[in-house]
Amino acid sequence: MSRIPLPYNPKVMELFRNPKNLGKLDDATIVAVAGNPACGDMITFYLKINEQTYVIEKAQFESYGCAANIATSSIVTEMIKGLTLKATWTDITWQKVTEEIGGLPSVKFHCGVLAVGALKRAIRKYFNAHGGEPAWMPKENTFEEKQALEEEELANTLSKRLKSEEEKSP
Amino acid sequence: MVENVKELLKLHERITRQVYLDNENSSIVPPVIVEAMLPYFNKIAYGNPTLTHKPGWEAFEVIMTSFQQISKYMDAKVLEEITFTPGESESNNLAIMSSCFAQKEKGKKIIISEIEPINVLHTVEMMKKFGFTVTKIPVDSDGFLNMEKLKEAIDKETIFVSIAAVNNEIGTIQNIKEAVQIVKDKNSQILFHTDATDAYGRIPFSVQDFNVDLATVSSYKIQGPRGVSALYVREGVNLDRIIEGQIGTQKLWPGIENTPLIVGFTKASELAFENFEANTTKMRCLRDKLVDGVFSELSDLRFNGPKGEKRSPDNANISFLRAEGEALTIELSLKGVYLSSGSACSRRLLQPSHVLVAIGRRFEEAHGSVLMKISRYLTEEDIAYVLEVIPEAVNRIRRIVGSTGVE
Repeated sequence: MSRIPLPYNPKVMELFRNPKNLGKLDDATIVAVAGNPACGDMITFYLKINEQTYVIEKAQFESYGCAANIATSSIVTEMIKGLTLKATWTDITWQKVTEEIGGLPSVKFHCGVLAVGALKRAIRKYFNAHGGEPAWMPKENTFEEKQALEEEELANTLSKRLKSEEEKSP
Repeated sequence: MVENVKELLKLHERITRQVYLDNENSSIVPPVIVEAMLPYFNKIAYGNPTLTHKPGWEAFEVIMTSFQQISKYMDAKVLEEITFTPGESESNNLAIMSSCFAQKEKGKKIIISEIEPINVLHTVEMMKKFGFTVTKIPVDSDGFLNMEKLKEAIDKETIFVSIAAVNNEIGTIQNIKEAVQIVKDKNSQILFHTDATDAYGRIPFSVQDFNVDLATVSSYKIQGPRGVSALYVREGVNLDRIIEGQIGTQKLWPGIENTPLIVGFTKASELAFENFEANTTKMRCLRDKLVDGVFSELSDLRFNGPKGEKRSPDNANISFLRAEGEALTIELSLKGVYLSSGSACSRRLLQPSHVLVAIGRRFEEAHGSVLMKISRYLTEEDIAYVLEVIPEAVNRIRRIVGSTGVE
């Protein structure tokens, strides 16, 4: 384990201190989660979608994680408000989120990746529950969705391995 | 990057009180110690102690006095048993590398515990490159060494054992005497090293009583300056240097002795030991007040490490479930309370503390862990302030988490 300096920029700090769009959304059309507590990184997005226009009318989040995780989740909810699901899917990449937040220490890039992974997971989930994926949505998971999955699996494998070691030892 | 830090620091401008609880990772050097050091930069003893002029002899005198003092506090027999190095990492590297290289013909096996500090852990890992093997002895849920496993692990290949006297993260006071007995009963030739940086000045400590061959102590962990540490090597244990250069007053570490830092370390030792009982009682009281206060204000907590007499008096380690450690440290920094989290960010995952994992904490428990170390200079008011802000901070972070991750 090593420690790395983390000089967060003012925008990250502002959203960490006063996160926008925080909290559960009771009338959410879709809820999606990425990450898990073992990762130390977990995001829930609550999206209210206009079922006629496919525009995201409201977006809120909850986050278990570091300052970068909280800030990137919050900025994603700001970025997607008023966008259609298609525009959200095509325009919002982890690089764009990182840029919008004014940059992150490289060791924190995965926070932006996880946030976009959670977002794409939400959109995919919406269409799967509402008559199937549209033509513009790739069948295969995108980079961010894959990364989110990998992160979850990695954390699970690591904690499972520890558990089985515990069971072996008396 | 520096611009960011300037802005970060501005966010701290309205802080009314500051309490430094991160004595694990650095310390505040009190003015009395700084003042003791100052003359040695430019008034007296600024010479090289091996040279034949007044400033050199002055330096020689003060360094010899420091050797004597540190020998006394560690209970060494002769002052040649003490080597000053530039830090705990250097002392542990010297102990491990020189002990292993000196005995490489006898065997290749190194034994440590699963909860050794990073500078022991990484150094023994590095020794694998030189053909040595490393066996890690497990600990129980409070961090106590499994003595049976230690006994089983010792074989004819074993040449070196390193077990910290007090764990730096969870404060577990090991029974070093018993561990040494087990090792020496099997083979008295095996060298036993203890990282005693968290024992020195906090628990009654004697290299004679422990019966160890090598022991590391460090200045900043007793509120002395950073950049100086000492390694005890028992007389008769013949080791070689691991770095080369001009040899001065000590054969195991070359280079010009850093007189002001050595004086600061010695002064800090004096202050820690001259009122040992009062100091440790004070630390224990403040620590208990802190822990009891946190537990009475908040729920969903884990106390990491043992309770009572088998825990170092300065150590408090608490996991705040449903709150991530780094977020907590930042939130508390903005309120003037400085502490450290047990997990550190890597490229993909948050790496939980190996110590917390070894005592059986789940990852999510480790990620919310916070280490607080009490120095003898903290006051009741400091702790009262910490107890005022910790609940606010934890509750705010938990509000951001909401129901995420709650099963």
